[in-house]
Amino acid sequence: MSTGDSRPRVFLVDDHHLFRAGVRAELGDAVELVGEADEVPAAIELIAERLPDVVLLDVHMPAGGGKAVIEAIKPSHPSVLFLALSVSDAPEDVIAVIRAGARGYVTKTISGPELIDAVRRVAGGDAVFSPRLAGFVLDAFASMPAGSELAGPLDPELDQLSPREREVLRLIARGYTYKEIARELTISVKTVESHVSAVLRKLQLSTRHELTRWATERRLI
Amino acid sequence: MVALPQRRDHRCIGDHFNPWQRHFEDMQADRAWGKGRYRRHRQRPRLQRSREDRIIAGIAGGIAARLGRDVTIVRIVIVLLGLVSGFGVVAYVLAWLLLPAEGSTETIGARAVADRQGITIALALVPALVLVLLLGSALHAGFLSSWGLPLLISAAGLVLVYRNAEDDERAWLTESVKALLQLGSEPRQSRRSFMVRLGAGVVLFVLGVFVISEGALSHSWLRPFAGTLLMIAGTVVLLGPWWLKLALDLLHERQARIRAEERADMAARVHDSVLQTLAMIQRSADQPQEVAKLARAQERELRSWLFEGRAPGSFGAEGAATLSAGVEQIEREVEAAHGIAIDAVTVGDAPLDDELRALLAAGREAAVNAAKWSGAPAVSIYVEAEPRRVSMFVRDRGAGFDSEAVAGDRKGIAESIRGRMQRHGGTAVIRSVPGEGTEVELSVPRHAGCP
Repeated sequence: MSTGDSRPRVFLVDDHHLFRAGVRAELGDAVELVGEADEVPAAIELIAERLPDVVLLDVHMPAGGGKAVIEAIKPSHPSVLFLALSVSDAPEDVIAVIRAGARGYVTKTISGPELIDAVRRVAGGDAVFSPRLAGFVLDAFASMPAGSELAGPLDPELDQLSPREREVLRLIARGYTYKEIARELTISVKTVESHVSAVLRKLQLSTRHELTRWATERRLI
Repeated sequence: MVALPQRRDHRCIGDHFNPWQRHFEDMQADRAWGKGRYRRHRQRPRLQRSREDRIIAGIAGGIAARLGRDVTIVRIVIVLLGLVSGFGVVAYVLAWLLLPAEGSTETIGARAVADRQGITIALALVPALVLVLLLGSALHAGFLSSWGLPLLISAAGLVLVYRNAEDDERAWLTESVKALLQLGSEPRQSRRSFMVRLGAGVVLFVLGVFVISEGALSHSWLRPFAGTLLMIAGTVVLLGPWWLKLALDLLHERQARIRAEERADMAARVHDSVLQTLAMIQRSADQPQEVAKLARAQERELRSWLFEGRAPGSFGAEGAATLSAGVEQIEREVEAAHGIAIDAVTVGDAPLDDELRALLAAGREAAVNAAKWSGAPAVSIYVEAEPRRVSMFVRDRGAGFDSEAVAGDRKGIAESIRGRMQRHGGTAVIRSVPGEGTEVELSVPRHAGCP
């Protein structure tokens, strides 16, 4: 983890040179940038070598994309955390990187301070949901009606969102920051974070194959 | 990505889609705002006095709307009832007192109860009634007593109606009565014709009364028939022109109202497109290229509106047939026109209907406002289709505003957002804190079934 320096150590993976330059400029001095990569194999090698706190990861890349990077690093280096950063709006890509183990997903239109905030949050062990991801999750869980005709035991712990989690996701989707959500629902920011982490866990661990199918369906039309 | 999820709970098979038809219906619905809900008008409404279909109090129109019958038939039945027995007239006046006017909840009768003076005046007619009854029995004129009672009761009722009617209705009544009284004071040369008409009418009427009561004709079965006919002829000669004038006035008034509503609809659309563009041109006056671009886009839009009938900012005409596609259209168009990032998230989906189209139009207006005035670099749009309602949130973290301080001629919020939502049975809530940003929350109920 961070050594003496309280700034999170960040590694940047994206195949667009210009975009990396942009992110570098936005992050500035707020984080310690320990490396960059523009392709999957190089990224895997360098991340394993430098062990950053947070990897900013492009979803779409040749040779497997962000998902391949996470799958290669996660088993051997569980302390490395991933934040997906993408213009890709295809739900199945986003859901795929999240289920592979990313701690959050933000779109590339995110502002500099918000990106820094997101990196800090991921480094601190929390999850980061962009409005779009929150919308995806709400949609995915809404189209899995409880007790549907589909076979398989239903695990309420993993397969359903609690009303409070739903509320939090709705506010995220409406563009509220965690602080604004906390104020709106009169709960602490910490509680908001734990709700979001719980949703992330459900999203990653839910075994319901509807989740994948939902994501694919959204793409098909 | 155009997302059209296959959601089992509300899928509409064969939801035929005809933009023209929809547009027309939208215009119709817009036209009907301000005098009660159009939908309520179309489905069986509860019994109330119609403002649209009225000759006297709108009771026939109300009954026709309630029964789903033609108003003319109802009118004929009412007139026949009135002729057969004077109590038909009483029933009409009672209905006038007891039925609320369309778009209002209070009846005239409810107000009349508290009108002491009016009740006193009405009671003052009792001696007149006694007099008529006495006269009737003295002259052996049965029709005097059988008509005197209901007519006097009606007169008392009318006094209460007149005193307690709402201002617009009273104004109309005054106008009508004045027209009746002024029949004689028309331009000079028609004065003589009025006197002739008055004479002829009175003679015919009195003749009718005479025929009925005295049996001047040898065939007794002809008596009531000929008498009634003569009375009607007398009435028509006397009051025909007056009635004609009233009917014409009513027609003109109705046309004027429809024109006013079309103008309001037009104003909302012009505001959404032309005025918004002009404001943007003023703001970018120092960038000729930008101005030219805006002007060109506006020109195209106006042309397609004027010559191809496609209203600016309408949804459906170019393929957005679902809620999510409509949201994407807003995202695309507002981003292109205003150079601002729109972050749109849609949860669930639904085929577009009039309500959802109004929701999208109001939401687009909110997004355009945010783009123009908030100064924020991005606007968030969140749309969620639930089984029972559809909500839309448009949020920016910009300057915010004091909603009290918005000038009255700024049509954006009042007409394009609030008015539009209300006309379609929805709600609009605007929360804004100066310095923190604005959030517009729109919501419309969803029809349970599919068409």
